[in-house]
Amino acid sequence: MAEAPKPDSVAETKEALAGARYLADESAALVSFLAQRLGKPILVEGPAGVGKTELAKALSRATDRELVRLQCYEGLDEAKALYEWNYRKQLLRIQAGGESGWEEVHGDIFSEEFLLERPLMQAIASPEPVVLLIDEIDKTDQEFEAMLLELLSDFQITIPELGRIEATTMPLVVLTSNNSRELTEALKRRCLYLWLDYPELEREMEIVHLHAPELPRALARRLVEVVRMVRALDLKKPPSIAESIDWARTLLLMGAEDIDRETFEQSMSIIVKHRTDIDLVAERVGVKLADSVRPQA
Amino acid sequence: MPTPYGPKPDAGPPGLAPKLLGFCEELRSEGVAVGTSEILDAFAALEQVPWSSQDDFREALAATIAKSQEDRRLFELLFERWFFRTAEAEAIERGIGERGERHEGGERLDIDELREQIREAIVAGNEGEMRDLARLAIAAFGREGEGSGVVGVDVQRIRRTLGLSTGAAQQAEDGSDALAPIEREELSRFERHLRRELERDLIERTSTLPPSRPLAELDRALPTSPTQDLAAVHRAVSQMKRRLATLGHEQRGRRKGRTVDVRRTMRASLETGGVPLRLRYRPKRPRRPEIYVLCDVSTSVTSASVFFLSVLHALHDSFRKLRSFVFIERISEVTEVFEHERDFREIAKRISSEGGVADVSGYTDYGRVWLEFLTEISDDLDPRSTVIVLGDARTNGREPHAEVFAQIAERAGRLFWLNPEPRLYWNYGDSVMAAYERHCDGAFECWTTRHLESFVNVVAGGVPAAD
Repeated sequence: MAEAPKPDSVAETKEALAGARYLADESAALVSFLAQRLGKPILVEGPAGVGKTELAKALSRATDRELVRLQCYEGLDEAKALYEWNYRKQLLRIQAGGESGWEEVHGDIFSEEFLLERPLMQAIASPEPVVLLIDEIDKTDQEFEAMLLELLSDFQITIPELGRIEATTMPLVVLTSNNSRELTEALKRRCLYLWLDYPELEREMEIVHLHAPELPRALARRLVEVVRMVRALDLKKPPSIAESIDWARTLLLMGAEDIDRETFEQSMSIIVKHRTDIDLVAERVGVKLADSVRPQA
Repeated sequence: MPTPYGPKPDAGPPGLAPKLLGFCEELRSEGVAVGTSEILDAFAALEQVPWSSQDDFREALAATIAKSQEDRRLFELLFERWFFRTAEAEAIERGIGERGERHEGGERLDIDELREQIREAIVAGNEGEMRDLARLAIAAFGREGEGSGVVGVDVQRIRRTLGLSTGAAQQAEDGSDALAPIEREELSRFERHLRRELERDLIERTSTLPPSRPLAELDRALPTSPTQDLAAVHRAVSQMKRRLATLGHEQRGRRKGRTVDVRRTMRASLETGGVPLRLRYRPKRPRRPEIYVLCDVSTSVTSASVFFLSVLHALHDSFRKLRSFVFIERISEVTEVFEHERDFREIAKRISSEGGVADVSGYTDYGRVWLEFLTEISDDLDPRSTVIVLGDARTNGREPHAEVFAQIAERAGRLFWLNPEPRLYWNYGDSVMAAYERHCDGAFECWTTRHLESFVNVVAGGVPAAD
């Protein structure tokens, strides 16, 4: 198995991630570092929109590896995740080769030529090391999880007709979960666990600054403070980091200099996306903001 | 082996490995599933990080050992305690102490100056400095011989003398001095340092470790008292809500009424040369049960009713066919309220104002509630419906009407009882749990998320209730 370059220290990983425009906190950097050193998958859990998926993308940029993504959903099965026999092509082969004997056809149609590679297979078979992102693993059922076990612990896939396919390079695997279902012990056992939460005020400010550098610092701080205030409410969908960034960009476009009540009410729909939530936020947060100062005539 | 330093605590063999194993053992005893493979991972991970950094050490351990947020919380609680105890045990063993030098400088300290420094360290959040200052503060007080010997009391005493209090009170006190207010969390961090140092002092003085206790069940129980943060209850339940929404998807009936999945059948047929010898079926959706929830909202269950109402709230999101009722002396249907109101606080308010469930005394009357439920609602009950009662079965000495309850149980397909009291208290005093339990398909104590979770498994999973 070809060895991919590994980072030497946590700081190095953190720097590399920052270079890929992802500000990791201590634990995220440490776990990413360990995952590369130990060759173990990372299981990332946390509320929606804290950058779980982004971490995988950043890792792929930081390590210069291709990102192979498998989006999970209910009812996802091996045929869509792992591999599938291209049966149309197989039928064609059977019909086209009318003269050839059974043995020949049999050996032929179950060869790699007739194999449709799905994301997991791709990640394993890739000659270059990749980052494999298995997104929202909690959406699948337990059978699928069980199927993943072989992949995650041994980095190999068994195809009955072809035999075992082993990874030529070690993929860096990131699994994300919104924690809507308890994952099986067996799966957790094979992974490093990382809980991502909403970032601290300072770090979120840094993140906003990174993605909207033109926004003045003072305004960025104000923005993050308001977003945190909104998150503290009991909403159906609390604003994520991505929404903070969107809001920052919106404010830039609006040319706002401060977040007063008027600006807030105009742009609130960027961070709050349910009707009932909007009412609640307007009622609880809107009133706390100062009225806009009208320019003196 | 007797030592000159007093009773020898069981330090075990030297070295880190046994300590770490001991730590894992302790985690296991608190219910965290730590497998051998995880311990191996932990050792592998520790080889990769510098041990000199406590944060790295802790994170590396946590990433390999604690695999859920719940586990992580227990991990944090135990990590502190275990390594502190281990280090102290080692110190006693080897007779290393800090006494003598620790109180040095205590005389020269000026309280005001110290207060200023502590405030700065707290606001800056500098852990190392806070720890040093905590020692100094203890030294300054040790000089005055004020120690009561009880750690908790001393912590508060020192805090008061230093004039440290949270936010608003602080500013009022200091008037013109525009000091940054101290957040409660920040202050409690300093208090933790104080506590830690006082404990260390005590251990050193007595050369014994206090007995290690298992974590109190209460530490992990749901915060149910209404004075506590409602958000905390809700966070726990919203977790539950997501679980409920996907629960039952895992257990898919595959026996009757199956439909053939053409795509997968075709694919399978290729193995047999295009002849569909084996049929593949579409997975079957579980049928959502019809649920009736009866929730006691009287004063005897005040602490639990916040929790119960939020459970109800959560259930409403997950089961479309759900009717909810609240009762004290009378019963009242509140399905409407839950369906039209999204905000939980609003729901709680409306239920208490419009419920009309209290009559004269405000004490629960289970017997009357059953009678009312039977006459008004029970015609709708059929063998597919599930009735869930949330209550403590304390009748205040009134007629329990267990036979009416039995009739309800008979009409409903399944009947469960969730009791917010520990099983130990059932049937003591005016609790008539036994009279009702006979007719239930399952009676559960329910005051932690874990209890709730196991119950939800029974309802949504359709697994017959144990016992």
